[in-house]
Amino acid sequence: MFEWLSEITGNQILAAFISAIVPVAFIVPFVIFAVWLERKVSAHMQDRLGPMRVGWHGWLQTIADFFKLIQKEDIVATATDKRFFNLAPYLVFVGSYAVYAALPFSSKYIGSNTDLGLFYIIAVSGLVVAGILMAGWSSQNKYSLYGALRSAAQIVSYEIPTALVILAMVMFTGTLNLAKLSDMQTSSFWNWYIFGGPDWGLSKFLVIPFMLVAFLLFYISSLAEVNRTPFDMPEAESELVAGYHTEYSGMKFAMFFLSEYGNMFAVSAVVSVLFFGGYQSPFGYIGNLIGASWMVPFEQVFWFASKGIFFVFVQMWLRWTLPRVRVDQLMTICWKYLIPYAFVNLIIIGLISLI
Amino acid sequence: MALKTEELVLNMGPQHPSTHGVLRLELELEGEVVTNVKPHLGYLHRCFEKHCEAMTYPQVIPYTDRMDYLASMYNNFGYVVGVEKLLGIQVPERVEYIRVIMGELQRIASHLVALGTYGLDIGAFTPFLYCFIDREKILNLFEITCGARLLYNYMWVGGLSHDIHPDFVRLTKEFIPYFRPHIKELNDLLTYNKIFIERTVNIGVLPIDTAINYGASGPVLRGSGMKWDLRKNDPYSIYDRFDFDIPTGKNGDCWDRYYVRVLEMEQSLRIIEQAIDQIPDGDVQSAIPKRIKPPKGTVYSRVENPKGELGYFIISDGSTSPFRVKVRAPSFVNLSVIGEMCKGHLVADVVAILGSIDIVLGEVDR
Repeated sequence: MFEWLSEITGNQILAAFISAIVPVAFIVPFVIFAVWLERKVSAHMQDRLGPMRVGWHGWLQTIADFFKLIQKEDIVATATDKRFFNLAPYLVFVGSYAVYAALPFSSKYIGSNTDLGLFYIIAVSGLVVAGILMAGWSSQNKYSLYGALRSAAQIVSYEIPTALVILAMVMFTGTLNLAKLSDMQTSSFWNWYIFGGPDWGLSKFLVIPFMLVAFLLFYISSLAEVNRTPFDMPEAESELVAGYHTEYSGMKFAMFFLSEYGNMFAVSAVVSVLFFGGYQSPFGYIGNLIGASWMVPFEQVFWFASKGIFFVFVQMWLRWTLPRVRVDQLMTICWKYLIPYAFVNLIIIGLISLI
Repeated sequence: MALKTEELVLNMGPQHPSTHGVLRLELELEGEVVTNVKPHLGYLHRCFEKHCEAMTYPQVIPYTDRMDYLASMYNNFGYVVGVEKLLGIQVPERVEYIRVIMGELQRIASHLVALGTYGLDIGAFTPFLYCFIDREKILNLFEITCGARLLYNYMWVGGLSHDIHPDFVRLTKEFIPYFRPHIKELNDLLTYNKIFIERTVNIGVLPIDTAINYGASGPVLRGSGMKWDLRKNDPYSIYDRFDFDIPTGKNGDCWDRYYVRVLEMEQSLRIIEQAIDQIPDGDVQSAIPKRIKPPKGTVYSRVENPKGELGYFIISDGSTSPFRVKVRAPSFVNLSVIGEMCKGHLVADVVAILGSIDIVLGEVDR
């Protein structure tokens, strides 16, 4: 995309700017949709209707809420450390936004087609921790501080099983490049890595159960990384009021909200790239069938978004079904269960990929 | 060299999502571990007991509604039983049966709120709304009976404010088979959930002797294993005619206290089933005295409120208004145990423990 843009505009900076805008153009409508979806999903699970007044089945509700948040007074308590307090929401947002640079939306669009895609995603999502700690510390509120410390401990811990699963995938596939990963799982759902990948042979069938384990490990730890129930410790509302963003209001609060939902899609997208073929269709493309190959990238965007949204839906489903674990149980799950399993899985997948 | 550490004092409340009202808990924390809990009360104090001294006996009843506003029927019940004892009047059979049915429906409604909000405290949002759907059905039954949905002023000294609606018996009979499967659904969704069990079992263990020493009652006491229920141990009204069990817990932890409430809903359904078919005919207002002026004397009447032992100590000086009304509020007494239960647990457990006591601040502060 970047190369193509710099060819037609003849200006590299402009091209970079445009390709950076594209994820924002995706995130904001997505968040508006996801918040509405979350409210509808929760409502229907609880025998309610949810928002019904603003637009058809309330689909404009989030936009109305967004305008309300923009208009709100930006309250900054006197005791806060203003510099960090003001900076934190944007840092958190940058952390979740930067992930989108490496996500392959289709074979034609990827923000930055770097060979270190997966590594880059792990690295920049660590930026969120800094933002959250900053928010908690500068708020001068004990609840915020607790939320921030919990969150930092949680995200840092859960990055380990995530990284171990990714390591296993890298050993099996031989690449860190998300676009290449998606490319490899082409033509049919049978080639997805959850079903052992595109290479037909003994290893494909041997690896399937371990791929399932890897998927579960990855999905659970990514739930914890984006602070969703049952691991929503940092903002556990029944204990910590609203965790690290207790003191925030108006647009700054909206930034945290935006980054939370942005993150939800980002991890879902990584799950779908690693295990479910990324932007590849589970069967052929209509565009190829009717001979209009220009349609294919658009179909790919559709598949990428639908897979991502499906996993976002699963996150919501879990949130409205399960209670919340306690902070020490959270650490127990990570260090005593997920990490050992991830290690064993890593070794087994490594051995299989040697075959 | 050891690091210099300081205790952190965390004010939980009065504006906090899970203190069930305007309770303030002063937590002393070592990291996230609670070393001491000091509850601060009085944010909802409305001088109920003092007000009563300026009111006539029937005028006190609406005030009792506003104590435990989730179990108003039962507050009325306790008060009118006391005044009737003071007056020495017998109420008609029909009134007794209706009172028992209303009281047990109220117990289910109150427990539904307790269980639902407890799920909320643990982080499960959905069971809360399921409970409220069922509570709504009970409130509808109350509404067709007396027009009110929360503060009923239904039981009067010597009778009732209204007779039951012609549809009431049919609707109540429909409610019982409707509600039974919902208890099972609640159990499947929340009670036996692995995460829920991990969060509540062996948390806030209250040994039986401590519970007795603090005067705890209701599900808090029964959760610790004590088989003590005033409906059986000191029967009032016509409770001695019904066949029901007293569920008890084993360990006295949060899960036991929670589960006792689930089982009690089942027992309340049993009582309603037995009573609903036996309601005799009669006039519910025939025994209401024209002028309520009890003789000099004192009376202590106690009933098994959904929260525990609700006692009214009424002193009469022979005039039309009580000289003194002292309420033994179960929530208030049960709340006093929280310090014992919270020590050594985490902040998240304080929320779980507080929820398992099931306090209503209107009753704690009165």
